[in-house]
Amino acid sequence: MAKVIEGLYYSESHEYVKVEGNIGYIGITDYAQHALGNVVYVDLPDVDDEVTAGEEFGAVESVKAASDIISPVSGTIIEVNEALDGEPELLNKDAFGNWIIKVELSDKSELDGLMDAKAYEAFCENE
Amino acid sequence: MNNRLYGNLIFELSQEGRSGYSLPKNQFGSYEVPASMRRKEDAALPECDEMTVVRHYTNLSANNFGVDNGFYPLGSCTMKYNPKINEEVAALPQFAGLHPLQPAETVQGAEEVCRQLCQSLCELTGLYAFTLKPFAGAHGELTGLMVIRKYHESRGDEARRLVIVPDSAHGTNPASAAVCGLDIVEVKSLSDGTVDVEALKELLAQHGSEIAAMMMTNPNTLGLFEKQIPEIEKLVHAAGGLMYYDGANLNPMLGAARPGDMGFDVMHINLHKTFSTPHGGGGPGAGPVGVRKGLEPFFPEVSPYHGNFTVAMRALAYIRSLGRENIKLVGPLATLNANYIKESLKDVYELPIDGLCKHEFVFDGLKDKSTGVTTMDVAKRLLDYGYHAPTIYFPLLFHESLMIEPTENESKETIDGFICVMRKIAGEAKTNPDEVKSAPHLTPIGRVDDVLAAKHPVVTYKQMVNDNN
Repeated sequence: MAKVIEGLYYSESHEYVKVEGNIGYIGITDYAQHALGNVVYVDLPDVDDEVTAGEEFGAVESVKAASDIISPVSGTIIEVNEALDGEPELLNKDAFGNWIIKVELSDKSELDGLMDAKAYEAFCENE
Repeated sequence: MNNRLYGNLIFELSQEGRSGYSLPKNQFGSYEVPASMRRKEDAALPECDEMTVVRHYTNLSANNFGVDNGFYPLGSCTMKYNPKINEEVAALPQFAGLHPLQPAETVQGAEEVCRQLCQSLCELTGLYAFTLKPFAGAHGELTGLMVIRKYHESRGDEARRLVIVPDSAHGTNPASAAVCGLDIVEVKSLSDGTVDVEALKELLAQHGSEIAAMMMTNPNTLGLFEKQIPEIEKLVHAAGGLMYYDGANLNPMLGAARPGDMGFDVMHINLHKTFSTPHGGGGPGAGPVGVRKGLEPFFPEVSPYHGNFTVAMRALAYIRSLGRENIKLVGPLATLNANYIKESLKDVYELPIDGLCKHEFVFDGLKDKSTGVTTMDVAKRLLDYGYHAPTIYFPLLFHESLMIEPTENESKETIDGFICVMRKIAGEAKTNPDEVKSAPHLTPIGRVDDVLAAKHPVVTYKQMVNDNN
């Protein structure tokens, strides 16, 4: 059973945001890494790129498929998890521990449109 | 050679100075190639005698598995038998020896082959004109989308740059649209796997004036016929868009229904699927594009001559040897075979969408998920029993997709044999899951490391040598 963590915000396309003040850490969920299987490549964006809620900012490639990563929120990228470049398998080891991008949020009200842990857990059961 | 892999590379057989020829003594003097045009170092070519080369490639070919070896139920690929009469016809020296720049009056026979094939394809699809130029399916998609783009531009309708693609589509659809300079918008499927017409209506309300076309595969990638096609066609046309038919799944339609009658304006056909020409080993394929009347002036020049002409010859040989009566049986028999397998296995494999399928269907892995045996494991275990694996992990609508397409060719005995083995594997998953998870055991190479292969592909001899040093 895929792990879901309390206190994060979740999207229907299986990304999460962990919010600290005005900063959001965005990654893919444990459910997503499980469904993808062994991740072999992460296509990372650049620092200072703008992300828009609902639009893709990168991609995750596994032995099964390549999948866009959709940003759950809008903002500016202030840091990219470069470790994923050499070790994409970190996403399989700990999807929540290895965020993909760190974003300065431009509109915190967007978080209201995302799911909490409980709602996301129920959502996954129907997937 | 049973179960032993011949694995040499031609470079490893090379012996310095060895060759397969002996030239007579030069009686004509020598001509020095100017220094500026000479290689700076020798080409790294292998040096072998003729017999070594022949044995090398013969042994390599014995490692291959093709339709001529056994059952090949690779979903969405229509791996049907390639009749040997096709090869005989294509090898006729009067055709095989032609040069594309020969004077037109000397190639009237070849022109006639192209004309007859186009005419047959028109008749089978209900469209008005075909071009045989595209070299493969995705090339056909690009060609068809170029027709659509030119059509809109010719009417001054430059804003039509969006292509609607269902979320279950082949990856080539959005890729072809992107290569053609068009943008993609996805339309969702309903839980039964067919296009969500309500979602399509919303999309058209929002983007109607920007829609260039909707691309559809019918039956779709789940092997399900899109029953709403008359309504979908009306909606897209009312919004000013054209309908594109991806011919990947045309096989079950042969003799049953025609894309032209369903309201499609443009389509491509994979001759290497539906019309029995070789593929899987590089083909070459061919992706003729057909259009409704009025669109034929927009055919672009996508290849310099006549496409893969001898592939067209094989397709025509197939159509003519089946004849009008028998070609009508292709679709119904492909459909019957797929449904027979589906019904015979659905008590042990998870069938996410029940009901009649067309030429193929998708299981979502084994029914009993508690064993931990995945679709990948089942596919690998099938190799031990001498079957080519089905398509796996596509479409992406399910986590454990296992997509089976038997084609119309197979006998009941062959199909029963496959069903029996699939049931046996389902049993092994319970009684001896480790055996299945570590399969294949009887093939020349065991379980390959997919992750390593994706992360560190070794595709040249030089790279292999460097890695070993």
